[in-house]
Amino acid sequence: MTAVIAVPAGVPAGEPSLLARARWAVSDTLTITRRNLLVWVRVPAYIVFTVIQPVMFVLLFRYVFGGAIHVPGSVHYVNFLMPGIIGQTAAFATFGTAIALAQELKKGVIDRLRSMPMARSAVLAGRLVADTGRMLVTILIVIGVGYAVGFRFENGVVPAILMVVLATVFGLAICCISAYTGLAIGDEESVQAFGLIWLFPLTFLSSAFVPIQTMPGWLQAFANNQPVTYVINTMRALALGHQPIEANLLKSIACLAGIFIVFLPLAVRAYKRAS
Amino acid sequence: MAQTSSGPAILVEGLTKSFGDVHALRGIDLSVPRGTVLGVLGPNGAGKTTAVRILTTLLLPDGGRAVVEGHDVVRDAAAVRRSIGLSGQSAAIQEELTGRENLEIIGRLYHLSWPSARSRAAELLKQFDLLDAADRAAKNFSGGMQRRLDLAASLVGQPQVLFLDEPTTGLDPRSRLGMWDIIRSLVAGGTTLLLTTQYLDEADELADEIVVIDRGLVIAAGTAEDLKGRVGGDVLEFTVPDRRRVAAAVAALAQISKGEPHVDAETGVVSVGVGGGGSEALIQAVRGLDGAGVDTRGLTLRRPSLDDVFLALTGHAAEEEEQGAKRRRGRRGRQKAGQDAAGKDAAGSDTVKGRAS
Repeated sequence: MTAVIAVPAGVPAGEPSLLARARWAVSDTLTITRRNLLVWVRVPAYIVFTVIQPVMFVLLFRYVFGGAIHVPGSVHYVNFLMPGIIGQTAAFATFGTAIALAQELKKGVIDRLRSMPMARSAVLAGRLVADTGRMLVTILIVIGVGYAVGFRFENGVVPAILMVVLATVFGLAICCISAYTGLAIGDEESVQAFGLIWLFPLTFLSSAFVPIQTMPGWLQAFANNQPVTYVINTMRALALGHQPIEANLLKSIACLAGIFIVFLPLAVRAYKRAS
Repeated sequence: MAQTSSGPAILVEGLTKSFGDVHALRGIDLSVPRGTVLGVLGPNGAGKTTAVRILTTLLLPDGGRAVVEGHDVVRDAAAVRRSIGLSGQSAAIQEELTGRENLEIIGRLYHLSWPSARSRAAELLKQFDLLDAADRAAKNFSGGMQRRLDLAASLVGQPQVLFLDEPTTGLDPRSRLGMWDIIRSLVAGGTTLLLTTQYLDEADELADEIVVIDRGLVIAAGTAEDLKGRVGGDVLEFTVPDRRRVAAAVAALAQISKGEPHVDAETGVVSVGVGGGGSEALIQAVRGLDGAGVDTRGLTLRRPSLDDVFLALTGHAAEEEEQGAKRRRGRRGRQKAGQDAAGKDAAGSDTVKGRAS
């Protein structure tokens, strides 16, 4: 018994303080971020494929469908198109989030990390940070390609930067949904199929590629009142400066906040319960 | 809070866990003294993985209590995580990264400084004979190397208690022997080890004590010698093509039988424990069968297997058991215990089911 008393009871060995825990949470998140970035350095194909798809969309809509799509007013179609493509790029980039988490779950990587004395938030946070970085790179490349095919920001530099920021925040919100589906479904093929089922309609039944006025009335009702349209209208207003921005901006902020409030806790819960 | 340092490294009392209506654990008790190896032996779906997942804080139990290094796995999960290492059934490594990077990242997540993480990784790569391949992407590793890397990763934090869930499932025989050597050297260093396996010979090789679990209950506990004693030592097995002669064959072996002979009426396969007599038992068996004029096929003398233990303990083989009791897990039930390389403990898949409902 004396051996037991020798250990000071008030100081549980190794129980870190709140401050230390916060520091470790940041450090663990950076370690996981670093790991994810390192994967892309090793296998650049992962990034290349993320970029190829939106670039193909730019070219497809600019040169194949674009001629047949008439945009009201004096806006050139490529200028109408690019904010939509950028929004879609941000949303589709999150496929990678869902698939990566499902793979890690299946391979037991998440089990290993959950059995370790690291911050429980770090795996999700590190994934979101790295994927947001990848998304931003993809967006910038797509803007570059857009410039090559005639797109121009018409509203100045600051709104252009704000548009990129909004696209990234939007992508991050979708990322939370994807992280949740990846962890909840836990099988990469199903995750991929499921991603198409909800992301495709959500992005195409919006103002991303065509003016909503050309859709049938029942579809307009949906397309006019869904988050992707709010966000893309806001991005378009920032990029081109032709339309008023306030209403769409407020709706975008409300929708994105709603997505974060609902899906971030869901994703965290799915991570904690992952099996 | 913490127990005295002389308590067992792992203590489990009345642990239960259900997934919907599947009772993965129905009240198991375990006690593993420090520095010893417990082999948890059982077929697919017995509850082995569920038990390991609870002990490693990945799953909450429904009832009972589990304590690792004096820390309750539910109330003091963070402290448990600081004292354990886990290596699961699949290699939980980042395949795109090199072996060295994998270990260094784990080291960082154990909050080692970069220099310490690097030197710990180098140390483990050397210990696990992975130095030559250390800077290649882990996806180019052989299955055995990936498992060694995975095991190395579970040791980065220098755990007092190590959990290995079927460490050799899916490995070829040579890699399996290599893995056994590694595990033995770890244990020699004083690490407490809980190892699950479907192979009696593996538990025999590595474990000080063995518990046999089936359908979420401990059905036997003891040393490997105890269990083999229950089977009747080495097993003599043969087929009698003429089913009518089976009784005569069994009678002819009465002298050398050390346990109750088991006859499969359908296939005509007779198996009987013959103790540790070795080739002497074989010679006597051949003489006896020849004397009785019984024709046999495929006469072999072999080490007892998990199936033999199950036969002796429950009166039927492990895989029959699974098919009967767990029809819902059809795919797994059909797999022969011990051949399922990628298969997880059935309870693992039910976790998904339980979560979805």
